[in-house]
Amino acid sequence: MPEKIIYVDNAATTKVSKACLDAMLPFFEDNYGNPSSIYKIAHTAKFALEKAREKAAKALGAEKEEIFFTSCGTESNNWAIKSCAFLGKEKGKTHLITSNIEHHSVLNSFKSLEKQGFNVTYLPVNSDGLIDKNQVEKAITEKTSLVSIMYANNEIGTIQPIEKIAKICKEKNITFHTDAVQAVGHIDISLNKGNINLLSISGHKIHAPKGVGILYIKKGTKIKSFLDGGGQEKMLRAGTENVAFANAIATALEIATKNIEEKEKKVKILRDMLLQKIEGKIEKFRVNGTLKERLSSNLNLSFEGIEGESLLLLLDSKNICASSGSACTSNSLDPSHVLLAIGLKPELAHGSLRISLSEENTKEEIDKIAEVLVYSVNRLREMSPIWN
Amino acid sequence: MAMEYSEEVMDHFMNPRNVGEIEDADAIGEVGNAKCGDIMRMYLKIENGIIKDVKFKTFGCGSAIATSSKATEMIKGKNIKDAARLTNQAVVESLNGLPKVKIHCSVLAEQAVKAALLDYCKKNNLDVKKTLGEDFNIKNEHECESCE
Repeated sequence: MPEKIIYVDNAATTKVSKACLDAMLPFFEDNYGNPSSIYKIAHTAKFALEKAREKAAKALGAEKEEIFFTSCGTESNNWAIKSCAFLGKEKGKTHLITSNIEHHSVLNSFKSLEKQGFNVTYLPVNSDGLIDKNQVEKAITEKTSLVSIMYANNEIGTIQPIEKIAKICKEKNITFHTDAVQAVGHIDISLNKGNINLLSISGHKIHAPKGVGILYIKKGTKIKSFLDGGGQEKMLRAGTENVAFANAIATALEIATKNIEEKEKKVKILRDMLLQKIEGKIEKFRVNGTLKERLSSNLNLSFEGIEGESLLLLLDSKNICASSGSACTSNSLDPSHVLLAIGLKPELAHGSLRISLSEENTKEEIDKIAEVLVYSVNRLREMSPIWN
Repeated sequence: MAMEYSEEVMDHFMNPRNVGEIEDADAIGEVGNAKCGDIMRMYLKIENGIIKDVKFKTFGCGSAIATSSKATEMIKGKNIKDAARLTNQAVVESLNGLPKVKIHCSVLAEQAVKAALLDYCKKNNLDVKKTLGEDFNIKNEHECESCE
């Protein structure tokens, strides 16, 4: 019997829910037909694919025709950003705007475009981890074709004023994209009512499997296909449709977008409880990013005098799964660009811990996490040469 | 954990040997910097050219703590000339390997020991080559590219 784990790394990935699993199973052994084929099992698959599209659209307050299935959030981001950049270039517009706390799939898409001659403005965030809509407005030039700002940050959970930014872009006739991978299921998003042109979603952050995403493309938004191939997804996204995974992500969205307020309230209680439990028991730590405009499930802390990976190993030894912005937990040598962007010194960024909760976490788990955290931080500090 | 550590590394991380300080240390060596996320400090007690006691304090990842612990174990009781020949490869081997991206931790451990030995020579006005061996050398930088 494996020991019971306490999973608080839901911003990294989530467990596939029973509902999602049930939604996709029929398409592996029974209705495995290619939706583009003519016979019955293909027809069933095609029908199910369109049903899934409808379900996903409804969950997002969008139209069925605006939902495009992709292989992951990274693909959605690459597709939206690169294809819009190149469309703009055809009209002589070579300026793009994003922020300096984006996910790597966004940041590196822009870096790659820079190498191809585009000018990119990386808007800085303030120490709370927020962008002001006026910053966006000021950065826009006649050459700007695309603005891409993430909805909620994956490391510190801060929520940007997305609708306000989208409105500015609409007024200036600039395409607006948002990476909503962390936001969906936590923030009520009604796409029909708003001005977002393009929005990226990932399945595995909301209890669907890894390997499926969505790009929402608002009607009237100009976009090009990113993959050369067949005529799937209205000639915009080639590749045989993954009917099973499309059903899983649609089911996941349906569930994730229900009772958001209630669920957020529940995880917020857990988060605040954790914070309260360690305050007073651990000295010299800070919360990274504002606690106000923030996902209720996210807590990102930095502890002076210790390094994040060793903290994670101690938590793991007690079966607690969390993550860190320390360089040592990645294959790079630099600590988290997000934590540096909000003004943290590298040593504090190395000593960070991200807890990302789900509504399945319990008060008992929070008690355990607090207890293990206090013990682990103190233990590492005892052997730290920079802690007195 | 994405990082694949050997059982030996995990043992030295979970149960580090020789953690702490020596108040009346004969030599102290410190290497690394907080910016990179690793600092190791070694304390030595030396009598008649023998390392009688060694303690360490480390700020760093699991392998930084494990390599510090292992290095102290490897030099304790040794004469200083032998201790000065400690290599990072020997530390890695005796830990049954380290992930590639963590090799710099073992370099740091080697340097921490050597920095302490050098400190011993300085404090006692001893000739470095005569005391620690003709081939004694200490790299000025470890392999961490983000260090300046």
